[in-house]
Order: sequence, then C-alpha cells, then structure tokens
Amino acid sequence: MRKRVKGFGLILLIFVLALMTACSSSDETESGKKELTVVYRSPGSVDSLKNFFDSGVLDEFEKEHPDIDVKITPITASEGDYFSKVALQMKSAETAPDVVSEDTFMLNSDANAGYLDPLDDRIADWEEWDNIIENLKSGVTAEDGKVYGVPSTSDSRGLWYSKELFQEAGLPVPWEPKNWEEVLDAAITIKEKTDGVTPLFMQVGKANGEAVSMQTLEMLLYGTGDTLYDDSDKKWVVDSPGLLDSFRFISQVYDVEKVGPDFSVVMSGQSGNVAFQQLFPQKKLAIALDGSWNARNWAENGAAPIENVEEKIGFAPMPTQNGQEPGAITMSGGWAWAIPSKADMKEESWEFIQFLMEKDNSINRSLTDGNLNTRTDAVEVEEYVNRPFAKESQAYLENAQFRPANDKYPAVSTQLQTVVEAIATGKLTPEDAVQQYKAGVERVVGKENTKVAE
Amino acid sequence: MHRKAILFLSPSWILLLLFFITPMLLTFGFAFTNLSLTGTDAANIQFIGFQNFTNMFQDPEFRISVFRTLIFLLFSAVVGQVVLGLILALLMKEKRRGFRRFIGVIVIAGWVTPEIVVAFCWVAFLSDAGTFNAILQGIGFEPITWLFTFPMVSVIIANIWHGTAFSMMVFQAALDDVPKSVQEAAVIDGASRWQIFFRVTLPIVKGSIVTNMMLVTLQTLGVFTLIYTMTGGGPGNATQILPIFMYNQAFVNYQFGYGTAISLVLLVIGTVASLLYMRFMKVKL
Repeated sequence: MRKRVKGFGLILLIFVLALMTACSSSDETESGKKELTVVYRSPGSVDSLKNFFDSGVLDEFEKEHPDIDVKITPITASEGDYFSKVALQMKSAETAPDVVSEDTFMLNSDANAGYLDPLDDRIADWEEWDNIIENLKSGVTAEDGKVYGVPSTSDSRGLWYSKELFQEAGLPVPWEPKNWEEVLDAAITIKEKTDGVTPLFMQVGKANGEAVSMQTLEMLLYGTGDTLYDDSDKKWVVDSPGLLDSFRFISQVYDVEKVGPDFSVVMSGQSGNVAFQQLFPQKKLAIALDGSWNARNWAENGAAPIENVEEKIGFAPMPTQNGQEPGAITMSGGWAWAIPSKADMKEESWEFIQFLMEKDNSINRSLTDGNLNTRTDAVEVEEYVNRPFAKESQAYLENAQFRPANDKYPAVSTQLQTVVEAIATGKLTPEDAVQQYKAGVERVVGKENTKVAE
Repeated sequence: MHRKAILFLSPSWILLLLFFITPMLLTFGFAFTNLSLTGTDAANIQFIGFQNFTNMFQDPEFRISVFRTLIFLLFSAVVGQVVLGLILALLMKEKRRGFRRFIGVIVIAGWVTPEIVVAFCWVAFLSDAGTFNAILQGIGFEPITWLFTFPMVSVIIANIWHGTAFSMMVFQAALDDVPKSVQEAAVIDGASRWQIFFRVTLPIVKGSIVTNMMLVTLQTLGVFTLIYTMTGGGPGNATQILPIFMYNQAFVNYQFGYGTAISLVLLVIGTVASLLYMRFMKVKL
C-alpha cells in the first residue's frame, strides 16, 4: 500500500514538473534562436496577411537575421474581441508579443494604459519615416503627442455607385456630387426611375457596431465642419449644428424619403456583405456610403467577382455638407505596427517593423490584401495604382480625418450607434436624438468633459 | 483525531479560498472601481464608490435591459420551461414505457444539444431564407423575417426548446414518487381528477417545483450564448438582456468595473426571485 502511494506521488511530481516547464515561457527556440512573436488580427478563412508572410518575406528576414526566428501568431476574432485579447496579452510580460498590429483607434487607449512603447526615439533615426503619408501620422500619435505606431495599412471612405443604374435613371456618369443634397436627389431619382433597386445604403444597424459611427455618422459630421471631440480643450462636443444636420440627413434617407435599404437587411450584422457581395453585383443597389476595402469583393479571387468592374461601378468622393472647403472628406482608419512595452526583444521588433515598411515589402503587402498603402511613393508603382479604384481611394486620403484619440471613444461610439439606429427606424426625431446623445455621453465621460458647440 | 481532520481538509479549504472565495470578493470589490481593459483607467485603478451604480440606474438602456431580462425570465423560464415541463411530465405519467421513451428522447435531445449548436439550429430554422420560411412559402404564405420582426419571441422559444427537458425530468422523478395510496384514497373520497391534481399531487411535489424553478431561473439569468449568437442582442437592443448588456459594457466599451457592477445586479435579481418562489410556495429548503 505504502509503495503504491509513493509511486503515485512520484508520478504526480513528474506531472507537476512537466507542467511547470511547459508553462514557463522561453524565447529561446530549440535551435538556440530568439523567437520574435508577431500578433495581428486574422479575419478567418482568407488571411491575406498570412499569405503575404508566407510568400517568402519571412525567409528573407530570417536570412538577414540568422539569430531570429519569426513566429507569426494571428488571432482569429471579430474586431472587438481582437482588441480585448491583445490588451490582455500585453498586460503580462509572460504573454506580451514582440510586435503587435493595432487598429489606429485603439492605439491611443492602449498607449494610455501603458501597454505600448513610444517610438519617437526610433523614428528619429529612421529615414523611411519621411516617406509615410503625413496625414496618417496624426492617426498614430496619442494624446501625449508621442508616436506609438507605424501606419501599415490605411483606408478611405466614399460613395460607391452603380454606373449602370445611374445610366438607366438618366443620372450623370461619372458622378461627383457637390453636396449632401445632390446625394439625396440622386437617390430619390433612382427610386422614381428604377424598380426593385435600393437607392442608398448607409450602415445604421447597431449590429454593425463601429461601422455605423465611422462610415455613416462621422462621414457626415466631419463634412459639416463640426467634430465629435475638441482637441484644443479636450472636451466632447455633445451638441452642435453639424450633429443635428447629420442626424437630419439620416432621418431624410431612412424615414422621410425612404430611400434606404430594407430594415431586415440593414439591421443584420451581415448587411455589409449583403450590400457588396449580393446587391451591387446583382444591380440591386445604386449608392453605398462605405469603405475603400469593399473593392476587394469584386476582384478575381474575391467573394463576388465582377469583370471590368470599373465600367460598372464607380467610387465618388463624399462631399461636404454644402460643398464647403475642402469639397470632400473621408474618415480614415487603418492599422499600425507597434511594440508592446512588455515585449522582451524590442530592438529586434523594431528591426522587423522597419523591414516590413521597406518600399517593396510594404507595397507587396498592399497588393496581397487590397488595403491602401501608407507610403507617399506607392502611387508611383504601376502595379499598385492599376488595381481597380486604387487611384481614387488613395487620392481621398488627402482630406482624411481621424477619430478622436481619446480613451472614451468606444463608449461614446456606442451611444452614437444607438441614436443613429433610433433615428433611422423613426423612433427618435433628430432633435430628440441630440438630447439623448448628449445625456448618454455626459453619463459615460462625465459632464465636465463635454461642451455644446455654437 | 480532530487535528488530523483539519490537516486533511486544509488542501481543499486552501484551494477553495484561493480559487473561489478570493475571486468572488475581488469581483465584489471591482464593482466599486473604474477598472478598465485599456486607456488611462487601466493604468490607474481607482476606487470610485457607488459611481458605477449611480451611472447604471441613470442609464435608460439599463432599465430597459432589466425589464427585458424579467420578460425573458418569465416567459422562457417560468411559463415556458417549468409549466411546459410539468405538463409534459403529467402527460407522460403512467403511459406505456415505449411511448415515454420515445417522447422523452425527443425532448431530451434539445437539452443535451450544446447551447451554441441550439443557437445555430434556430438561426437556420428562423432566418430569412431558413427552413420555417421555406415551409411557409411551400404552403402559400409570405415569408416573415422572424429574427427581425419577432426577436424576443424567437429567442424565448429557442430557450424553451433547449431547457424544457430538464424540468420535465425533475417533475417526472417527483411525480413517480407520489404514493399511489394517497391518490387512491382521494378517489375513494370522491375527489375529481382536478381536485386530486391540485389538492393532492401538487402539494406533494411542491418542493421539487420550487427547487426546479430556482435552478431554471438561475440558469436563464445566465443565458448569453444563445441570444448573442441568434440576434447579438438586436435588432437594435430588442433582445439585449442583462448578460448581453454586461458583455457590451465590459468587452465592447472596455469598462470592466461597470460590467462587474452589472453582474452584481444580476446576482441580486437571481436571489430575489429565488426567495420569492420560496415565499410564494411556502416551502422551506
């Protein structure tokens, strides 16, 4: 009996020891190389960034740095879940990756939380920094004025429209609306002249989360001259003429003129896919206010390929409210490479980021994933500019605006989504919506951090 | 002898203390902080008193979520699972074994299916181009966007489908324990079937009913996967019950402290409901 207990104890001891060694993280791989972990978000089935890494880029880097073994660890998750997972990883030195891909709108929050290392000293000695589009640099600068990431991909937004439907309805092609009214008029014309076609698609369903705030409300609001957040006195603008006008436009489209899509489409989390993979290719949608990345759907290897797509579909800039300067605007987001403050081989991390941002690598990545490039000299590369809609998408970046670099943005954005949906479904008038938004934001950020614009 | 007992119990006590009681106390404590996943608050946790709770009670969205939770609880747990489970158990009582088995297996199939699979089945059944609409169209009706037009009804039915088997089994066991002699005595005294049921059977199984109601209530208050997968809390916020509201605050808005405070409210609702059942049915457990 006693022997048995001893034997059991021994097995238990071995088990515990094995468990402990398995848990202890070691950056040394078996071959004695240092392991550089890279974390980014994978959308699932089609992981274009993985394809880019597998195309031989990593081998090249490892050849140049024989002591480093790059370990690519994509996180397959929705955007929101990705942020949570990455934040939890970066909290502990045990799990913090060496290089992390950050959405530019989370960059400020994660920098404030102390999860990221400022890169100012490093970019000071890095020539390529000057080749990054100037406008995008404000997207990676946090509230404290320091740079926390290197912009790796970008995007712009505008009005996708069906050239075929426009011709049928007798509208001009190419289309370049000068103000909001022309957008609405075009939608009304489509409604009158065509049958079974959705005139104008804008994301308004809460199920689509951030898309509602950024692709719809902010694309309108930032074209009125008003903003969500005042950087100069660091206060949230909870009531402004521009906000009311933006709400009114949404109400016009969905509730008054009824030129929006069916609610069962627009309220579902799949509405973007339905619009771009089904409605547009089937000529059942005339105009959609959405992001440049949607062009990917129509490429040869996309979800809904369209031949000679540029003859059938156009991408117009989103005009400002009354055509005021600069005439058109886009919100811009995108991703950046950053180094967690608890990473244990920051020098190597920086080497890798520099390598990824070299002209050839950076452009090859854009060619693989269809996003916009962040380098000023990308437009000189024929292969890049010749992709459908690349020229327009890239050009709109000139008037790019960014979301508020403030911790509370995600919570404020949720408030926006709620009221936008309520306006679209006719549950709130634009005026009441402003009041509800004001009360909601005052609650989440504190009344002392808000103001009313004249 | 006594000392030895303490010695042998100590590992389990230490484990319980470490992994059960400490996190519980921590959760309670975090509800009074501005704990956040990211942002300045993440670097700098502060005790903020009852701020989370005052914010919560001022938030109209929270009040509606509580209301929705109660609706969901009433219809899917109390009315749906408990009543339906009792009826099923009664109908199956004293039927042939083959029949009992046959029906039992069908009902229990819903219960043994994992929640996420149940959710997918119901989405496939109710979605715009789903099975139900295909059937409706087949017999000449217009398709209905169930998950959009009747979201709350849809998730309630799905939850009833998933959970009824549990109540049914509890009641079956309880009903089998009702002594035949008591019922026979009632029959001899001239009691009708309804009288036997309400005056004899029901009082005997009362304890099981209350226990079952408590279990089903607590389980229903924790339903997340089913609703999150079927509707995501939408459309709009139509199916945003408290667990979904809590998730949104904690993992979409990154306000962990606030989310924790909401979870305490959920706990209170569960406790109050359980006490009410016991009071109402005059049962001591």
